Amino acid sequence: MSQFLPEAFQTYIPMLIQLFYLVAMALFIFGIKRLSSPATARSGNQLAASGMLLGIVVTLFDREIVTFEFIIAGIVIGGVLGVIAARTVKMTAMPEMVAIFNGFGGGASAIVAWGELTRAGADVTLWAGQDLGTAGLGILIGSLTFSGSFIAFGKLQGFISGRPITFIFQNYFNLVLTGAILVLIGWFISDPTNMPLFWTIFGLSLFLGILTVLPIGGADMPVVISLLNSYSGIAASMAGFVINNNLLIISGALVGAAGLILTNIMCQAMNRTLGNVLFGAFGGGGTAVAADDIGDKSVQKTFADDVAIQCSYAKKVVIVPGYGLAVAQAQHTLKEVAGLLEEKGVTVKYGIHPVAGRMPGHMNVLLAEADVPYDQLFDMDQINPEFKSTDVVLIIGANDVVNPAAKTNPGSPIYGMPVLNVEEATRTIVFKRSLSPGFAGIDNELFYADNNQMFFGDAKKSLQALSTAIKELD
Amino acid sequence: MEDLIFNLFIFVLASFVGFELISKVPPTLHTPLMSGANAISGITVIGAVVVAGSVDGVYSQWIGFAAIIFATINVVGGFLVTDRMLEMFKKKEDDQ
Repeated sequence: MSQFLPEAFQTYIPMLIQLFYLVAMALFIFGIKRLSSPATARSGNQLAASGMLLGIVVTLFDREIVTFEFIIAGIVIGGVLGVIAARTVKMTAMPEMVAIFNGFGGGASAIVAWGELTRAGADVTLWAGQDLGTAGLGILIGSLTFSGSFIAFGKLQGFISGRPITFIFQNYFNLVLTGAILVLIGWFISDPTNMPLFWTIFGLSLFLGILTVLPIGGADMPVVISLLNSYSGIAASMAGFVINNNLLIISGALVGAAGLILTNIMCQAMNRTLGNVLFGAFGGGGTAVAADDIGDKSVQKTFADDVAIQCSYAKKVVIVPGYGLAVAQAQHTLKEVAGLLEEKGVTVKYGIHPVAGRMPGHMNVLLAEADVPYDQLFDMDQINPEFKSTDVVLIIGANDVVNPAAKTNPGSPIYGMPVLNVEEATRTIVFKRSLSPGFAGIDNELFYADNNQMFFGDAKKSLQALSTAIKELD
Repeated sequence: MEDLIFNLFIFVLASFVGFELISKVPPTLHTPLMSGANAISGITVIGAVVVAGSVDGVYSQWIGFAAIIFATINVVGGFLVTDRMLEMFKKKEDDQ
């Protein structure tokens, strides 16, 4: 687009582009900074988006860009697909959506590295070794982000079994495969026109992404998506090294750091190390541990009328929502029940476990969607001391995050994971479809406790029945 | 080689900035943050634009075209979906 500008202007264009890149970078940093507070988060996201728009627009003035058909067509097609996806996705499907977007971002970075190599054609032999090396790394990281993200998506959607899919010596195999790809990249540096070699690197990287994610259980997918999010940032950075673009390098590094921090937070919440998540083949497979000691334990069943009475005459009720609540789309009904109890003078609080939902903060988003006021939401550390003085705890669609085995049974796969101390309350009521184990596949002793009652059924129908029952008490 | 070293400095410094910025975000905002950061990683669209807009070969233009579609889905979808999530938080603020 630079040809449309006055002649005298031409010499300054490269410098101006860089200056605008600097502004875009500042917008990204301010944007992320503002994302740290609920009050400013939305404007932060908009700042980052405007930084992105600025970055794209000034790039159009790059002297290397002379035709626009492909650019316009690509942006229109991608933009329309992006808008449709973002507008129609349900809030509960957010982890899947992030996985897909992330996969496309990583894939794009790999394709950019490929495109740069193709652009250079035979001149690629003139490239410096480190540029070929970063191009190879960009293709490796970008491709494995792409294939890994789509496997994660498939696992969350249920297209692929959520159980860990493993084979013997798998971790060693993946390690050897990673090493092999790195060696091939080394070879590629010395022989950059070798196309079969190039395609082998591409193909093996895609394969590595699939093999890395397949053995990880469905319950750990958010950690994986967060890590892949970090990877896609690093892939963008690598693409930046290839085309020597500061904005790409910086933005990619920011995202890479963000993804790592988030991944770490999620692992801490589950009291696991990242290595254990990636190589432990955990989640969805731990049933064997609990199966032998269920024995002939029995549960107490309860029904809407009884729950209504217990809650209405309580001083304090704590609601512990889990992903099952969101699956049943019962947030709004829950809000209604909470409202009815408050009218009766009952103190209602929500206790949110850090990994409630399927990503940190996911449950807060889902409850916000149902207009649950902020000040009723309490983090685990805030609500745990309060359970002793709580009359009734309603556990709706949550399981592993209230499992006392995490504190008492060293043999349990979730031993050591911080959980909500619901059993300290006078009464706990678990809303659940059946006695089946949770997402992580572990049985829950809480269900058999003396002060616990089970309210079986679909969460939404149960809550509707409860709401009706509370109204009938008047 | 100077380019590589210079770029590495930038990369490492930006990573430190990222760690500092993000470690202070409250858990409530982690999901929107993940989604917003993910949209920023679509910055690779800039590289895609350069590949698609230069005339070093039709083949590379098609590759760039594919990269633009992928990256734009990431950017547009990512920012919009983040906005959708944050919009709901915003509403609470106004109520109070």
